[in-house]
Amino acid sequence: MGRFSALRLLYEGLTGNRGWTPHWRDAAPQPAYDIIVIGGGGHGLATAYQLAATYGQTRVALLEKGWIGGGNVGRNTTIVRANYLLPSNQGFYALSLRLWERMEQDLNYNVMMSQRGVLNLCHSDAQRDAAIRRGNAVRLSGADAVYLDAGALKKDWPFLDYDNARFPIRGGLLQPRAGTARHDAVAWGYARAASDRGVDIIQNCEVTGFDIRGGKVFGVETTRGHIAAGKVGVAVAGNTSRLMGMAGLRMPIESHVLQAFVTEGLKPVIPGVVTFGVGHFYISQSDKGGLVYGGDLDGYNSYAQRGNLPMVEHVAAAGVSLMPMIARARMLRSWGGIMDMTMDGSPIIDRTPVEGLYLNGGWCYGGFKATPGSGLVFAHLLATDTPHEVAKGFRLDRFARGHVIDETGHGPTPNLQ
Amino acid sequence: MIIYHPLLGPRDSDEFTYLGDASLIDRPDGLAEDAAARFAEYVYMRDNPAGTHRELWFHAAGDQSWLVVTRNTATHEITHVELASDVARARRAGR
Ligand SMILES: Cc1cc2nc3c(=O)[nH]c(=O)nc-3n(C[C@H](O)[C@H](O)[C@H](O)COP(=O)(O)OP(=O)(O)OC[C@H]3O[C@@H](n4cnc5c(N)ncnc54)[C@H](O)[C@@H]3O)c2cc1C
Repeated sequence: MGRFSALRLLYEGLTGNRGWTPHWRDAAPQPAYDIIVIGGGGHGLATAYQLAATYGQTRVALLEKGWIGGGNVGRNTTIVRANYLLPSNQGFYALSLRLWERMEQDLNYNVMMSQRGVLNLCHSDAQRDAAIRRGNAVRLSGADAVYLDAGALKKDWPFLDYDNARFPIRGGLLQPRAGTARHDAVAWGYARAASDRGVDIIQNCEVTGFDIRGGKVFGVETTRGHIAAGKVGVAVAGNTSRLMGMAGLRMPIESHVLQAFVTEGLKPVIPGVVTFGVGHFYISQSDKGGLVYGGDLDGYNSYAQRGNLPMVEHVAAAGVSLMPMIARARMLRSWGGIMDMTMDGSPIIDRTPVEGLYLNGGWCYGGFKATPGSGLVFAHLLATDTPHEVAKGFRLDRFARGHVIDETGHGPTPNLQ
Repeated sequence: MIIYHPLLGPRDSDEFTYLGDASLIDRPDGLAEDAAARFAEYVYMRDNPAGTHRELWFHAAGDQSWLVVTRNTATHEITHVELASDVARARRAGR
């Protein structure tokens, strides 16, 4: 495959770009592996990479039913941040953010990581107090945060509607190290780095069942035949309940559709990522110039990967009330992805009651930012059978035990999170 | 999505609020011996099928009735709509 470098780019550019090859091997399934990871999204790929790179596992396969990058990893709005309040989340996201900062060196791949800052606006005195408290907690966890009042915000964000009648902008919590990354490149970069280290990346291979005998997993049934494995890790995002159902397990999860939108390309107008207090509205501008934005879940169980018109209208209305200047931008495309919404809004990384079967799921609408951290801690769990230090709270049985990690305080109402 | 309300006819789904799986009608007995385990199951665990799903919708911007809607989660096609009160009554009669 060869390393990517400026020199190589120059050489290829001058010699007709004939030396580039596919970024990863298109492997066919072998009869048996030590570890199988199911799901070729960001989390599965990062896990496979870490198993090989950090935990020295050499017989690893990653099974993807479609193609690499076709799931949520290629559908999200690319926001990376670490501004969580609860201790069970903080250490994990702070670690993840550190891994983002060195991902391009680790993978030798340009993921266009851009630390342009994420700004969460607040609209009342109570929200300001909560934001400052959160900011202090975030700083203690090792990530960064700075509170800016409306006067300070106007310098970089002059176009916001500060005097909005219902949601006046009092200030905002900014995380300067947060930002965006090129989502497809993250998937491709991990696939290439994992493949280079010997992982078989097997596309068009849907898992249709588990080979479970006496409470222990011995392999998986797939559309390309039976594949034996000592351990199986599941990282299938919105399809977690379906896969776990094949192993006879019920999950504290509902699958919901989240839509996102992009406008035609415009000249640079939005300096970072900004979130509004209305309907979860958030927006940033891609390097191509399109305004990338989204809002709430549609709010009903769905596996359809597309949403309905009411949410399109709500999101557009929220956007125009935050920044009236975008009213004349034309929406180019909209799409949807299926979220595995847990009952407390936090992920699950744990063993399951089936021996040898491990779960990484429940990432809700915020799993892109978690990708590098998730890969590391899930690989740790798969390789060592013990939870990683920063992922100890993400247990599957925490609901029954009453140890939920309810960051937004919504209770078990996934559609309202 | 258009929901065919049994009393009011076709209504835009935007008039409704969604609650979730219709099995939430069957609240466990709080005095049963295994009540804690059953409530953990009731509150947190879901079948979450890809396909036919019976679910509770509340007509917030309408007549304030609860409906049981049978909908395909893979296509969003709605095949059946009942008043939740009718469903609950039928279940009680069936016990
Ligand atoms: C519109 C939208 C916006 C979002 N915005 C953000 C954001 O700004 N920031 C953020 O942090 N997060 C965001 N998210 C959430 C984030 O995208 C997800 O949480 C994350 O991508 C999920 O992990 P993944 O990448 O591994 O999932 P996926 O890419 O969905 O990977 C799962 C894979 O499993 C495969 N699979 C499923 N079933 C099987 C089977 N039976 N056999 C084999 N393979 C199977 C699927 O084909 C899929 O490729 C957003 C999501 C959406 C939809």
